[in-house]
Amino acid sequence: MGGGAGVRFSPVTETYCDHCGAVLTDGDHRRCRAAREMEPPRYCPECRRRLVVQVTPTGWTAGCARHGTRTAG
Amino acid sequence: MNDNHEASATPTTGEYPPGQAPDAQAGILAVARAQVLGRGEGLGEHQVHECLTLPDDRVEDLLALAHEVRMRWCGPEVEVEGIVSVKTGGCPEDCHFCSQSGRFESPVRAAWLDVPSLVRAAKETAATGATEFCIVAAVRGPDDRLMAQVRDGVKAIQDEVDINIACSLGMLTQEQVDDLAAMGVHRYNHNLETPKSHFQNVVTTHTWEERWETCEMVRAAGMELCCGGIVGMGETIAQRAEFAAQLGELAPDEVPLNFLNPRPGTPFAGYPMVEGVEALKTIAAFRLALPRTILRYAGGRELTLGDLGTKSGMLGGINAIIVGNYLTTLGRSADRDLEMLGELKMPIKALSQTL
Ligand code: SF4
Ligand SMILES: [Zn+2]
Ligand SMILES: [Zn+2]
Repeated sequence: MGGGAGVRFSPVTETYCDHCGAVLTDGDHRRCRAAREMEPPRYCPECRRRLVVQVTPTGWTAGCARHGTRTAG
Repeated sequence: MNDNHEASATPTTGEYPPGQAPDAQAGILAVARAQVLGRGEGLGEHQVHECLTLPDDRVEDLLALAHEVRMRWCGPEVEVEGIVSVKTGGCPEDCHFCSQSGRFESPVRAAWLDVPSLVRAAKETAATGATEFCIVAAVRGPDDRLMAQVRDGVKAIQDEVDINIACSLGMLTQEQVDDLAAMGVHRYNHNLETPKSHFQNVVTTHTWEERWETCEMVRAAGMELCCGGIVGMGETIAQRAEFAAQLGELAPDEVPLNFLNPRPGTPFAGYPMVEGVEALKTIAAFRLALPRTILRYAGGRELTLGDLGTKSGMLGGINAIIVGNYLTTLGRSADRDLEMLGELKMPIKALSQTL
């Protein structure tokens, strides 16, 4: 269940952590990455807007009004 | 521990206050063997407390007994269920564990699932061999729009997918209960969440009694009742025993057991996760309190128990699982769970057995 699967726009400039929403180059996001194995993304990595996330039994979709929808599963 | 006492203990040991019976902690397993395994009578509050406070070196015996009880009173089948959120986030209630409450700074935003997507989710669930599909909404109770969406969704799923449909839509009015029963909803989930004595520390926007009332209405309308809760929300061990007894009194058809997965932004974000061994004790003790119920692994098992612990729980009283993802978090893949059931030689309950 890779977070990058099905990304609509590529290459994506990942500025923000898609788990905690903080700037990726600020601080340590290893725990965020670990958490992301069992959670969908919550913040747009490009603009840090909170994503509209729908989890389904086998996947998820996560939409940013500006940067489109990513899916997995 | 002195095993002689356990071997010679009589069922009357359970009548002593906790800790005051002769070698009570060794004795409780012998008592439970006669009472629960032998006669199918669930343990009471004090007895559950004795199980929950057994030393760690007795946990294996506790789990083994709970497994025997499950096999005798429920059988080897495992009930498999999938769930999906039809309305996510933005809930007006303040359940302190919940990332879907609109009252906390949670990153979960409101979302709404359309009927074709509901049908697709039901199909994906049925493809795993699951017999139950639960439609869940983050609401205090359903409004007309949600009831209409559920009505359309249930109808569409019934037309296309062979699966029992359950719902979890919060507190219901009598009219809504009757509507859901008339739609053919086979089971309704409404959790008490936590023991009565702890509820006000977890939820302030509604009461435990209101939840109990919805449960009673659901059953009176002829739907199966699914009612459980979350372990690890700051309740004491004694309160866990209290909760088991309260569920025993309610006697739901199914009890989903969640372990707190502390969610960012919620009041319980900083709570520790339940230790694996404690979770296993809880599973076994709840099985001994509820010998005939469908005891389901729900959220948090992946993190609290891991792969090894998950298997131990399946051999310690659990006889149902949620496969695939949860409402706002992900589960491990359904394939891995089905593989595990294969290894354990536990057949998946078939639809014909549940209809
Ligand atoms: S009622 Fe349900 S969705 Fe709403 S806050 Fe409580 S647990 Fe979350
Ligand atoms: Zn982060
Ligand atoms: Zn964006």
